[in-house]
Order: sequence, then C-alpha cells, then structure tokens
Amino acid sequence: MENILKIDKIEKYYGTKSSLTKAIDNISFEVEKGEFVAIMGSSGSGKTTLLNLISTIDKVTSGHIYVGEEDITKLKGNNLNKFRREELGFIFQDFNLLDTLTAYENIALALSIQNESIAKIEEKIKTVAKYLNIEDVLSKYPYQMSGGQKQRVASARAIITSPKLILADEPTGALDSKSAKMLLERFNYLNKELKSTILMVTHDAFTASFTTRVIFIKDGKIFNEIRRGDETRKEFFDKIIDVVTMLGGDLNDAF
Amino acid sequence: MMLFKLSIKNITKSIKDYAIYFFTLILGVAIFYVFNSIESQTVMMNVSKATHDMIKVMTNMLAGVSVFISIILGFLIIYASRFMMKRRNKEFGIYLTLGMSKRKISLILFIETLIIGMISLLIGLGVGIVLSQFMSILVANLFEADLTKFEFIFSQEASIKCFIYFGIMYLLVMIFNTFSVSKCKLIDLLYSSKRSEKQKLKNPYLCILIFVVSTCFLGYAYYLVTAGIAKLDTAEKIFIPIIIGCVTTFLIFWSLSGLILKLVMSRKKVYYKGLNSFILRQVSSKVNTTVFSMTIICIMLFVTICVLSASLSLKNSMTSNLEKLAPVDIQLTKLLDLETQNIEIKQDEKLSIKETLEKNNFDINKNLKDKIEFNIYEDENLTLGSTLGIKLEKIKEKYKYLRYENKELIIKISDYNKIARLYGNKEYSLKENEYLIIADFDSMIEIRNEALKEKSKITLNNKNYFPKYKKCSPGFVEISSNHINDGIFLVPDKAVENLSIRNKVLIANYNTKSKEEKQKINENIQKVIDEMWDTTSLITINSKIDIAESSIGLGAMVTFIGLYLGIIFLISSAAILALKELSESSDNKERFKMLRKLGTDEKMLNKALFRQIAIFFMFPLLFAIIHSIFGIKFSNIILETFGNEKLLPSIIMTACFIIMIYGGYFLLTYFCSKNIIKEK
Repeated sequence: MENILKIDKIEKYYGTKSSLTKAIDNISFEVEKGEFVAIMGSSGSGKTTLLNLISTIDKVTSGHIYVGEEDITKLKGNNLNKFRREELGFIFQDFNLLDTLTAYENIALALSIQNESIAKIEEKIKTVAKYLNIEDVLSKYPYQMSGGQKQRVASARAIITSPKLILADEPTGALDSKSAKMLLERFNYLNKELKSTILMVTHDAFTASFTTRVIFIKDGKIFNEIRRGDETRKEFFDKIIDVVTMLGGDLNDAF
Repeated sequence: MMLFKLSIKNITKSIKDYAIYFFTLILGVAIFYVFNSIESQTVMMNVSKATHDMIKVMTNMLAGVSVFISIILGFLIIYASRFMMKRRNKEFGIYLTLGMSKRKISLILFIETLIIGMISLLIGLGVGIVLSQFMSILVANLFEADLTKFEFIFSQEASIKCFIYFGIMYLLVMIFNTFSVSKCKLIDLLYSSKRSEKQKLKNPYLCILIFVVSTCFLGYAYYLVTAGIAKLDTAEKIFIPIIIGCVTTFLIFWSLSGLILKLVMSRKKVYYKGLNSFILRQVSSKVNTTVFSMTIICIMLFVTICVLSASLSLKNSMTSNLEKLAPVDIQLTKLLDLETQNIEIKQDEKLSIKETLEKNNFDINKNLKDKIEFNIYEDENLTLGSTLGIKLEKIKEKYKYLRYENKELIIKISDYNKIARLYGNKEYSLKENEYLIIADFDSMIEIRNEALKEKSKITLNNKNYFPKYKKCSPGFVEISSNHINDGIFLVPDKAVENLSIRNKVLIANYNTKSKEEKQKINENIQKVIDEMWDTTSLITINSKIDIAESSIGLGAMVTFIGLYLGIIFLISSAAILALKELSESSDNKERFKMLRKLGTDEKMLNKALFRQIAIFFMFPLLFAIIHSIFGIKFSNIILETFGNEKLLPSIIMTACFIIMIYGGYFLLTYFCSKNIIKEK
C-alpha cells in the first residue's frame, strides 16, 4: 500500500537551553492510504503538538515529515499555504466555522480559494452534503446549528477538496455522545467508501474505537500501537481501555 | 499605587490598539491650537488697521466655531472611549470576579484617561506649535502681508484654552466611563465576546421598495436645491431638502446593505470566487449594524466637501474679482432726493461733487486724476415692475420677494461710454428710440431677459423706447468686489431731460503710483467727507483700498472657518470608521486565523483585508460625493454674487485634503489591522 504520511524521527523542543521541554521526542511512524488512525494520549503528552507539526502550523526542531513524496518540513511561505490548501483537510474541536457565512458558503470557501469553478463547487457540495447528512442545514448560519451539525459541516469543508490526508483535532471534544457517535460513523463511512485517510487526535477511548489503528503517546514518545484487524468495535474498545489502564495517569481518571 | 501600576501597564500593553485613538486626540488638540492661535500669528504682521479689525472679527468667529468644534470632538472622544471599553470587557470582568470593586475599576479607568489625556494634550500642543509656524505663512499669504522675518510664535492664550477645553472633554469622558462601569453586569462583561452576531437577511422586496422610494425622495431633494431652487422661497424651507437628504441617506444605506449582498450572491460566479463571499459577508455584517453611524459619517463628509470647496472657491473668486470689478481707485456718490427742509443742504445739492470737495479745501486736481462726474437719473413711473411689461405677473409668481416698486437707475449713454472707456469695458451706441440694460448679477439678468425678449418698451417724458438687444449687456458702474449690478438703464442723452437726479457720482484714480501715498489720499478724503456728513452734504465713499481690505478679510475668514470645520469633520468621520474597524479586529483575527488554516495565501488574506476596509471607507464617501455634487451646485447658486469661475481648483484642493486625511486614516487602519491579524 502507498504511504500517505511518513514521519521520520521528528523532535520538537520548547523553551531555552536551560529549561528544555521535549514535547516530541524522536517519533517515527507511517500512515498508509485509506487508514483511519487515532493518536491517543493524556493532556500534555504531545499529541496536539504532533498534529500541529503534521499540519505545518508548527515547525519541527529536527527530523522529516513526508506527505506523499514531499518533505513538508522544507516548505516555506506560499508553498506552505498551497500544501495546506490542496493536500490537507482540517477538523477542529471548536469547529472553526466562519460565523458570518452560511454552511454552504463555509464549505464553498475551501474550494473558492483554490479558484474552483462555480459549477464544480455546486456539484461537489451536493455530493458531500449527502455523505455527511447535512443537506437540510446548508443555508443555515453556524449559530443556528447544533454542535454535531457544525462539526459535520466542518468535516464537509475538510473533505471537499479531496485532500490526501484529513487531520482531526479532538473532533468529538465539544459534542454530546449521540452527536459524537453520529459523526464518527460518518468518518467511518468516508474512510470506507471514499478511501479517505484520516488522522485523528483524541483522548477518548470511545472515539478511538472507531478507527483502524491507535497510536498511544506518552511524554512525547510512542508508548504503544494497536491495530483493529477483524475485531468488532466493542473488542477493539476493550483493547484500547487495557492500554489506557497501562498508561495510567490522567487518562485513567477519564473513566 | 497598585491601581496606578495596573493602568500604566494597560496603556503600554495596548498601545497599538490605542494608536488611532491617540493619534486622533493629538491631531484634535493640534488643530484646535493652530486655529485659536491665529490672532497672535498676525500680531507680527505689517497690516493696516482695517485688516487688524477684520482679524479681530475673525478671531471672535473662530472662537465661536471652536465651541462647536469642541462639542464634536467631545462626542468623538466619548464614542472612541466607549469602543476602547468594549474591547476590555473581559478584562474588567476578571477584575470583578477577583473581587475588585467597581469603584476601583472606575479609578483605573480614571487614571488611564488622565494619563492618556495629559500625554496627548502635551504632544498635541507641541505638534500644534510646530504647525502654527507653517500656518503663519498661510495667514500672511491670505492677508497679503509680507512676512519679512521668521519669528517663533507661541500663543499662551491658545494653549490655556486648549487645556481648559480638552480638560472639560476628558472630565466628561471620565464621568461617562464611571457611569458605564457602575451600570455594567458581570455576566455581560464575561460573555459579551461569546455572543455570536445574528445575521438576518432583510426581505429583498422590502429593501427594493424602500430603496426606490428613498431614491425618488432624494432625487426630489436634489431637484429642490438645484433646478427647483425657486420653490425654496423662505429661509425655513431650506430644511426640507436637508431633512429629506438625511433620512433618505439612512434608508438607502439600510436597503443597500441588504440589496448588494443579495445581488452579488445571485451572481454566483463572482460570489464564489476566491475570498469574495468572505469579504462581502464581513462588510455586510458590519453595515447591517452600523447603518446609523455610516449615515452620520456620510453627512459629515458631505458637509466637509461642500464647506471646503465653497470656502476655497469664495476666497479665490473674491481676490480675482477685485481687479476686474474695481478698476478705479475711488467712487464718490452724492445722495440727493432727500425730503429735507434744511436750506443749507438744499443749497448744497445743487453743487457737483467736485465743487463740494473744493469748497471743503480738498485739492481735487492735485490728488485725483482720470475724473469723470456723471448723474444717475430716475423716473417716478420707471419701476422694476413697469419695466417687466407683460411678463410681470408670471415673474411675480416665481419671485415673490423682489421689490417691484423700486425705481430704476438711468444713465445717459454718453456718460456710460466715458466710464466704460476708463474701466476698459465695452462701449455701446443707441438710436434715439432705443434703450439697453447693463447688468452682471446673474439671477436678475435672467429676470430682465424675460422682459427684454418680449421687447418690453419703457416710457420717459411720454416718449417710448424699445430695447436694442434681447438680453442684458455686460457692464457695471459701481466698483465692488462682487457682481452686484442688478441692472442700469442706458438711454439716449436727450431722454434724461426733465428727469430728476437721484445721485451725483464721481469716479477717479488717485494721482500717484506709490502704495503709501494712495493710502494717505484715501484717508484724507475719508476725513473731509466725514466732516461734511453731519452738516451739509451726504457723500458716500467707495474706495478700492477699502473693498480690497474687506474682501481679503472676508476671504480669509471664510477660508479659515472652512478649513477648521472641514478638517475636524474629516478627522472625526475617519476616526469613527477606523475605530469601528479596529474594534472588531479581535473577531477578525480569529476569522483570518481560520482562513490561514484552510491554506489561504498571505497575499490573498491581505487583499481581502484591504478590500474589506476599502469598501467600508468608500461606501460613505461615495454617497457623500454624490450629495456634494448637488450641494456644491446649490452653494454656487447661493453665492453666485461672489462669482464662481474658480471652482475647479478649489475642488481639487478639497480632494487633496480628503485624500490626505481620510486616505491617511484608511492606510493607518489597514496597517493596524494587518498587524493585528498577523500570525504571531
């Protein structure tokens, strides 16, 4: 299988020489096309930093990150923006929809900044809206939508450009359990039907159980990695819980 | 002490946010100082007493205007400080949850206002003092005084005035702040930023209806002040177009903000191109909530444009008229037909002006040259009404307030030609049954031409005379700074026999070339005639020197007041826009951050920001310009006696002012917001 993401010995340090914090300490892993990967860890473990590095919002101290063939740690300026625009899709915990635009316009914006033609925009939004079950909220403003709807609109915006990689940062963090489940089922659907590659950061075992692979991070290092294989979601969930228990600390308190 | 530290820290921390507020305050103080120190700038100048009196009048006028200006600046400062308060709601909320009393928060604000006030006042005064040095060059230029040596001028009076006026303003701001802090609720303070703005699309049909109706009304107001100006025949009626203008401006803004969005949205190719949808929503969301302030800004800009261009053109045409309209040095007019019983005066009336002057020991041959003496006649039956012939009723309907019973002025053609030769004007010839009218006051020319077109005859001594031309001919007799000749009848010499003499007039030049000598002769004649006034003969003086001085003075006064008002209005409106834009920068920051995450190019973002601010600034300006086209036309009609030949340069000057000040604020706003949205 083709590698979408290859992370090669990256490190990220914060602070000065006298008080150095290793947020990411020599992490390497690969994500294949069509995978749905969760990165788990307690707060402060470095998972969000990792996501920021992959999404080029932050820069590595050392090491390389390849998306497809390209080393994105070497990108600068407008190439960086071009990369974000064309290769990545983002989903954030707090949705990050523009409050002045309707759902439709929010989704369209991702395409219009790529100078897509109006006919294509319309057609793509139609399909995506069907996948994410948001056809009836397209003309609404963010403040008129529920959290789940907002997150599905944000997801639509993320996938509409057919990015190589979709990055999700605690996408269920602000949702109630029902909306969370609905969203994750949609993610599963996108992953299976559209072969989208999704990399998701979460601290929630339930959320993680929807994926095909879970990478655990502790103190900036990879602690463990488990694959779902042919297991049911329930079995995979129990497995994740086991690792979380092993991890101890903060995560344990969550249950 | 802790509070003081907190205040200082707050100021230094948010110095960038304060920049425009601070800048505006400094500019306000500086301009206030500059215009109030004009009197002391003129003290050094070598000008005549008459000019000095004029400067006194002007200073008093400027002092009056200053009160008005300070009210406007006061509102601006309160408005601005309210914005600054809003930005800091959360900060105050945190203080309150930490247990700080509202009184202490008020105290923090009080100290902050005090510090900012003091600093801006001092810097503003400094800038003002520097600017006033340049201003004195302009002042000298306007009063046509030579600025022989440069002298540093500091006006104590003006600076004390600055302290008092701005002190009061800052005090008001403090009171206002204390009041609003004591009224606010903790929950509003903490969650005010969380509340997302509701975006309601207005009903497009209602928008179209309101737009069409208000455009029609606005068109009617435009018509009233230009083509239909005759309908505004009483002073109160001028308020009709003003009120219509203000209300329709508001309604047009209200309806357009909905319509434009709707219109562009329906053109999907444009709307979904690049960041267009984002920009448009940004702008329209603000226009929605700021229609009222947009209206105020638009009207202020409109007033600025009109006041600046009218005052500048007035000054220009006044000085340029002088050479043309006052071609000789002096004109003496002896008033006759007074129903006096005084034998001495009756005796004196028979004497010519020349004889009168000589009788009073004024050597006329030594002092004057190019003398022409002539009579102005009148006839009992030749009134304005009678000369209009069959058109009288129609004209009366249109112009109710003309004095139709006034007797017309009549001059012999031969006398007039002598005058015209001296003035360098066109001479005329008449057949024995012809007459013609000379005039240069446009609206009277229009009225008289109506009658002349009908070949209206006039009757003198039972003899009929017919107009030689179908319209008034250019010309004048009385020297003046403006076009004020509303009509003089020129008739064949024979026609004036047996007519009564209304005035005897003498025109002449002073028999010298030097400026000082001329001034001296001018004063001598004035003295001689003043002495005669109470006893024997009633002679009025009209001298070129006096006309020049008063017109220079008037021109300067109008220019200064126009500049003063115009600049302050411009600053106020630009500052309001800038503050409004910047106060939303924190929201914008989030939005732009999001766009950046989506992968929007930096260039595209800056362009979007620029466009957003540009639209915001241009929208009221555009409407102000449209209003101004009609406003300037109106002021032209009103001020036409002063001549309007030099309108273009003054409009260019006005445009320069607007580009400099308004454009400056625009760029400042752009760079400040760019700084705010920049990725840290």
